[in-house]
Amino acid sequence: MTTAAPLTTTPVSKSEAHKLSAAADAKNRLTSPWASLAAVVIAVLWTIPTFGLLISSFRPEMAIKRTGWWTFFSDPEVTLDNYRAVFDDGGINLADFFLNSLVITIPSVVIPLCLASLAAYAFAWMNFPGKNVLFIAIFALQIVPLQVTLVPLLQLYVKAGLNNTFWTLWLSHSTFALPLAIYLLHNFIKEVPASLIEAARIDGAGHVSIFFKVLLPLLVPALAAFGIFQFLWVWNDLLVSLTFAGSPEISPMTVQLSNLSGTRGTAWHLLSAGAFVSIIVPVTVFLLLQRYFVRGLLAGSVKG
Amino acid sequence: MFAAILLFTAVVGLVLFAASRVSGKRDRAVAALYLLPTVLMLGVGLLYPGVRTIYQSFFDASLSNFIGLDNYTKIFTDAEQLIVLRNTAFWVLVTPFAATGIGLLYAILVDKARMESFAKALIFLPMSISFVAASVIWKFMYEYRPDQRNVQQIGLINQVIVWLGGEPVQLLIESPLNTFLLIVVMIWIQAGFAMTVLSAAIKAIPDDIIEAARLDGVGPWGMFRFVTLPAIRPAVVVVLTTIAIGTLKVFDIVQTMTGGRFDTNVIANEFYSQSFRSNDKGLGSALAVVLFILVIPIVVYNIRQLRRSEA
Repeated sequence: MTTAAPLTTTPVSKSEAHKLSAAADAKNRLTSPWASLAAVVIAVLWTIPTFGLLISSFRPEMAIKRTGWWTFFSDPEVTLDNYRAVFDDGGINLADFFLNSLVITIPSVVIPLCLASLAAYAFAWMNFPGKNVLFIAIFALQIVPLQVTLVPLLQLYVKAGLNNTFWTLWLSHSTFALPLAIYLLHNFIKEVPASLIEAARIDGAGHVSIFFKVLLPLLVPALAAFGIFQFLWVWNDLLVSLTFAGSPEISPMTVQLSNLSGTRGTAWHLLSAGAFVSIIVPVTVFLLLQRYFVRGLLAGSVKG
Repeated sequence: MFAAILLFTAVVGLVLFAASRVSGKRDRAVAALYLLPTVLMLGVGLLYPGVRTIYQSFFDASLSNFIGLDNYTKIFTDAEQLIVLRNTAFWVLVTPFAATGIGLLYAILVDKARMESFAKALIFLPMSISFVAASVIWKFMYEYRPDQRNVQQIGLINQVIVWLGGEPVQLLIESPLNTFLLIVVMIWIQAGFAMTVLSAAIKAIPDDIIEAARLDGVGPWGMFRFVTLPAIRPAVVVVLTTIAIGTLKVFDIVQTMTGGRFDTNVIANEFYSQSFRSNDKGLGSALAVVLFILVIPIVVYNIRQLRRSEA
């Protein structure tokens, strides 16, 4: 690379009609058909498992049990019976668990977002003793694996009489989310130009009105990014729910699906339809808000 | 649910109201109010339980008798626990590198390709579904039917084996093969994460560096080796460590696919079985502490790498 250094002064790249990229360049110079083929092979391998289960969820029970889902293409049989069966009151009644998942997830996203934005604001724009130490301490709490907290937390919840209520899940999910939420939101808030805050202060605005009138509108993308993160994490969680939500009345879909997989591991008509019901919400959220989600992901990892 | 949201709105409203009453520039009072709920929750919900677990790890199953390091001795000598440790090592050694490698390869392959965002969505989608649903999806892939007349395979992997002229295998029962098949599920989920982060890092490489290298006659492999890889090194480290930490804590896949049977157990799942199924809270706590200790060096390495890249 030493010989290349002087060349960078001549702005050749600017006159180039199309934008360059190291990867694209490397790929183009590789035999391109092979590169495309490799990409297609990976894409197919990554899609087939889900696709197979999706097809199965629409096949009659007998067909699923007798032949592989790929025979669907030579002998297509379609039914909605599997979906009817998972929503049946007498059966596994997935509708109730679906509702539980919603009831668990919504407060578990709203609560940490509110608390974390307050805390992040305090860390970014206020001066108080011990600020840096406290911020680092909160940041460091991210490395505590959930497993380390579960047994004592359960003991606490039992003592407080909260055992087997949604409160255990709301409180746990909210607490576990705080360190990362504060860190991410702090990164965003820090980037707001100080002049904006100063101007509002000179106009006589207090911390509360600065927060609502100046910061909140700017924070929307960051809040969305973290909100989606937290939504997916809570919706998809099994460990916390299994630990605290002992009774079916407050269990989310993941618990029911995991139980089914253990006790009725060969009931593929129920498992495939059930899995798809549980996937619908997170995948919809993901597809609609993909851009924010990816941004949140990058803020959390590359920027560090 | 509405009660919970209302209550928290009330708490936040109260904090804000109190904060707005504080006159002048007295940051301290306002900061204390803003941080109070967070510090309280973290103290009660993370710090206290963490310390308490470390303490309880020195006690017996019912947490009534102090037994010193016995739980830890058991983890590192008991035959069953050693398999748990071995499997955890498999998971942490294989998953991060495989997922990152595939993610990086795919990021390079689809970069600037037609329908790039669609191609990326295909790989990324597994990230948005639960580990439980992913486990169901893959259990179906691995499904086994005994090799008899009139019995057809309904799991794709075994069908492929049969098409190739082999005998169907009880994939999730054969150890240690089954552990690696569970690892495949984790790789399937995490490759999309690696791909997204690394793709962003690749796109951030300045054009003139690439152009300079090209004018120098650097070939495609050299371009990757001397331009792309050094430029995205910090991102690769972050991805590897993030996946490694996630892998150490993975519980759902093992729980849903095998329940830890057939020698597929890992620390995170064994923690759950001991704490809540076998009711050995002491041993469970010790396993959680081991998990915690394993995470620390990975995080420290990550922070040091970040420091170095910033310096």
